[in-house]
Amino acid sequence: MADERIRVVVAKPGLDGHDRGVKIVARALRDAGMEVVYTGLHQTPEQIVAAALQEDADAVGLSIHSGAHMTLFPRVLELLREAGAEDVVVFGGGIIPAEDAAALGRQGVAAIFTPGTPTARIVEWVRAAVGGDGPAVAGPVPQGAMTTPDDPPEAAEGRSADPRGTGTPSR
Amino acid sequence: MTHQDVPAEPTPSSSGHAGPGRRTTGPADPEAGRADPGAGPADSGTAIGEAAERWRARYAATGERDADFTTLSGEEVAPLYSPLDDPDRDVAGTIGFPGEYPYTRGVYPTMYRGRSWTIRQFSGFGNARETNERYKYLIAHGGGGLSVAFDMPTLMGRDSDDPRSLGEVGHCGVAIDSVADMEVLFSGLPLERLTTSMTISGPAPMLFAMYLVVAERQGADLAHLDGTLQTDIFKEYIAQKEWLFPPQPHLRLTADLMQFCAAEVPKYHPISVSGYHIREAGSTAAQELAFTLADGFAYVELGQRRGLDVDVFGPQLSFFFDAHIDFFEEIAKFRAARRIWARRLRERYGATNPKALQLRFHTQTAGVSLTAQQPDNNVVRTAIEALAAVLGGTQSLHTNALDEVYALPTERAARIALRTQQVLAEETGAGNVIDPLGGSWYVEHLTDVTERRAEELFARIEEMGSGSMLDGVLAGIDRGWFQQHIADAAFAYQQQLEKGEKVIVGVNRHVTDDEPLEILRIPAEVEREQRQALARRRADRDQGAVDAALAKLEAAARGDTNLIPHLVDAARAEATLGEMTVTLKGVFGEYVEPPML
Amino acid sequence: MTDSQGTAPELDEGTAPQLDVGAGAEAGAGAGGPHAASAVSGPMRPSLRPSHGDGRRRRPAPVNELIERVRGGDRRAVARLISLLERGEGGELRTAAEALSASAGQAAVVGLTGAPGVGKSTLASALVALWRREGRTVGVLAVDPSSPYTGGALLGDRVRMQAHALDEGVYIRSMATRGALGGLAWATPQAARVLDAAGCEVILVETVGVGQAEIDVAGLADTTLVVLAPGLGDAVQIAKAGILEVADVLAVNKADREGADRVARDLREMVHLGLPRVPEPGGDRRWSPPVIKLSAGNGKGVDQVAKAIAEHGSHLRSSGELQRRRHARAAREIEEIAVAALRTRLGAVRRGQALDDLAERVLARSLGPYTAADELLRYGEPAPAPVPAATRARG
Repeated sequence: MADERIRVVVAKPGLDGHDRGVKIVARALRDAGMEVVYTGLHQTPEQIVAAALQEDADAVGLSIHSGAHMTLFPRVLELLREAGAEDVVVFGGGIIPAEDAAALGRQGVAAIFTPGTPTARIVEWVRAAVGGDGPAVAGPVPQGAMTTPDDPPEAAEGRSADPRGTGTPSR
Repeated sequence: MTHQDVPAEPTPSSSGHAGPGRRTTGPADPEAGRADPGAGPADSGTAIGEAAERWRARYAATGERDADFTTLSGEEVAPLYSPLDDPDRDVAGTIGFPGEYPYTRGVYPTMYRGRSWTIRQFSGFGNARETNERYKYLIAHGGGGLSVAFDMPTLMGRDSDDPRSLGEVGHCGVAIDSVADMEVLFSGLPLERLTTSMTISGPAPMLFAMYLVVAERQGADLAHLDGTLQTDIFKEYIAQKEWLFPPQPHLRLTADLMQFCAAEVPKYHPISVSGYHIREAGSTAAQELAFTLADGFAYVELGQRRGLDVDVFGPQLSFFFDAHIDFFEEIAKFRAARRIWARRLRERYGATNPKALQLRFHTQTAGVSLTAQQPDNNVVRTAIEALAAVLGGTQSLHTNALDEVYALPTERAARIALRTQQVLAEETGAGNVIDPLGGSWYVEHLTDVTERRAEELFARIEEMGSGSMLDGVLAGIDRGWFQQHIADAAFAYQQQLEKGEKVIVGVNRHVTDDEPLEILRIPAEVEREQRQALARRRADRDQGAVDAALAKLEAAARGDTNLIPHLVDAARAEATLGEMTVTLKGVFGEYVEPPML
Repeated sequence: MTDSQGTAPELDEGTAPQLDVGAGAEAGAGAGGPHAASAVSGPMRPSLRPSHGDGRRRRPAPVNELIERVRGGDRRAVARLISLLERGEGGELRTAAEALSASAGQAAVVGLTGAPGVGKSTLASALVALWRREGRTVGVLAVDPSSPYTGGALLGDRVRMQAHALDEGVYIRSMATRGALGGLAWATPQAARVLDAAGCEVILVETVGVGQAEIDVAGLADTTLVVLAPGLGDAVQIAKAGILEVADVLAVNKADREGADRVARDLREMVHLGLPRVPEPGGDRRWSPPVIKLSAGNGKGVDQVAKAIAEHGSHLRSSGELQRRRHARAAREIEEIAVAALRTRLGAVRRGQALDDLAERVLARSLGPYTAADELLRYGEPAPAPVPAATRARG
């Protein structure tokens, strides 16, 4: 079985430097077994989208407290569209009033999380939104694991061998 | 200073056990909970000792309910404190009297009996004209001093027409591109008579230069200017992340400011060493206290290395703290702050001027405690936080408006925030008695604990700096040490919230459907108009004079002369903030923080 | 798993992009600090260009198609292919590895390792800027550890390199170790091949130097750069950990700090004393790793580091050492793949029960471990008879 991990780019676009929330969300996603690329502060939408493309991100999370969300989110969506990457899920949070969140939703932002949203909900949402083959639960990867180019014939029936060769079923 | 005696079996007694099987995630100080020993052998036989034992027995028999009894920061506290706690305390040496070393009870002998704290409501939004109107409104309604909030581009040293400023002009404060804007901002407001606080740090020297030009044009005498410039760059690297350059150039500019003010603007406070942002970023109360004071000590060392006399520049330092929702923890924090500062300034840095030993501070109620859900509750939170600041002896106070979670405050919300302080000052009697909680067994205990925690952190910082706080702070920033502590504390608190161990009413308990809240919108015209005004200004000014001033500024930056006069010259020529910043970035470079999650 | 997308427009142009050998222009002395994105001079290899649509993310294109697009410099294909390799899907992996290895080997692979806090990312960003000024296309693989408990990872190396995010001549990919011991993900060498195939002339592999990481990186890189900094563990400790054996270039960062000179001095002495280096067949004892002091944050000394890397590269080629290392690397890779395959097979014998059964028998002392292993290798043939404890000679 493959080791599929959900990859999320979390970013702070614009000039705002309040990173408490984005760091908490990053940790929560990591604790849920996802690979989280943090691009740092003061990012332009162009930088964020470039990162999302290079990192093959499944989702991009934007944290904005400066009030510029109606400029920054649409720009990110536009750039993803131009790159043919509309399938990347865009979500976000910060200081975003409800009506703006609704407008952004109509433009293609998949979710806006208001302050106070439990991280567990954000994690579950990302998992569901990304969908696909991500691991159902966070779990340790067997240490010292390596991959074989082939599954051995014995594995075809019954108990499937972990390609890492530990003999235990992968998650 | 506290007794270490502990009763044989761990009962939930006044010795401070939180109850069987309860864990906290905050820093565990084994002494904290056991600070009240109660039944030491020396105490039985006294009336009070026996009373304590009786109480303890009854307490154990009744039992605690299942709840979290730690402070917001996770500090364990006992159910009760009594005279049996620390009976040998050196009251004169550690508590003393107001206006006297170590200033635990307050920096002035009269405190609010002499003069009430200043109501200083931070505000600014849109353009200078609208902000000017809001200032006049606040002053008319009884606000005492001005406090300027700048917009994000200004805070980051960018002009309103900078491509990176798109969508951010005027949103969280006023857009100031050059002196022309500042003149409008203070139009009709005599700077010589109004204390003016400017909340800006990275580009503080540039904004200060503009302020001086406006004051000069109003005919004010620099020696009479009273106010505060935030300036504190350490907390930017640590928490708020609004720096322009790497640390060393910022420190050079800070020292330039200190030197300039010491000589030319003696009543002005060129640095407001800030803990607010550190706390808002998620630190505990003790971390807020320790990191802020460490930054303060670092500035003292900076000034001394520049050859300045601590007795001269020390009085010009002021502080800025958060007032969070755990009432007593905050009061203890403020009292500990004064005591620590006084002691270190005297013993470590050799200050003898009492004014240098007095820690004076401004407080803002905790923005991070406000909720978007059921925002009316925020009025209650703010009131309690404000009371804590008052009982903690703050010199000036900003109370948040109930809608500040979403946006800049509406006029109605801003008025309620203002009235909150007026009710406190004029109805509650909270200011009638100086340090009214002084002598409270609990508050004195908590003050001691907070001080102890801070000292532990000071030791680590000094170690990173081989004995120097300045070097320690810089090393810590470089390593992401502060940032890591803050992120860890923030995450730990978040987990407590999500497990329901800590409660926020309306968010994880007592949740209801929300009523829509009317919020202040900054119309897009603000940005458009600002950009147009800026374009006109650029066209109208003497470009040659601007270029010459910027060239001089650049040359001075490459050398080591004091940059403030050069900034003033550039400001006078109507150079924009962005132009001054770009000029300096050309010399100083830029900075990316260490990745610390 | 077919896709219905069109091909990227660039590929429709027909001709392969031009190779401008020797066209690298020097960038002017850039204003701004060391982190400002450098001026991009003419590419010497095809630059990596954005693609236009490759369909639904969760149904990636077939491997061979991805590889073709990667060769054409399609950035999204690069991203997808690396993810695919990380996923480790048996059949796809084999196809990719075989196809990629057929054309790999053009890029110079530079390993960069060091303890947390020494300033690797700053140096990495500065090196990228420098190589870009020389007109070379650069790929960066930044590896960070996965959490052993949750399997997730925080990948923060981009923070210091985002200045290059918009440079078409730079490709940066963060990778999590995903359970691999040491400093690299097992897929890192594969990812390096992808970047090579995409046209990167220099591939920088950055990893945190803990445990075996230095050895791993040295196994992958042509030139291994180890970064140290004063105040984070003295040179003697480092020598014990074996770093000196694998480092081709030693960099002491934060040279303005107290203790930097001492660290550099100690390192030079150790190098001079000729502490043993990794014994290669034919042993590379003619290269003495230089010790370079630098202050990456101030941009000072980075060019010397780059020069040392370049000089090492020349040395590798002229001495034949490059061939020897690559030979060793190929042998190692084959062995690892074979061992992993073997492990899988053994784990699957009798549907995985064989190992458990044998373990029980060893515990019951009816069988010794060596005999048990023999049996396992014989794929489940039963052992002749239980061997009495006294005659179990091998220990």
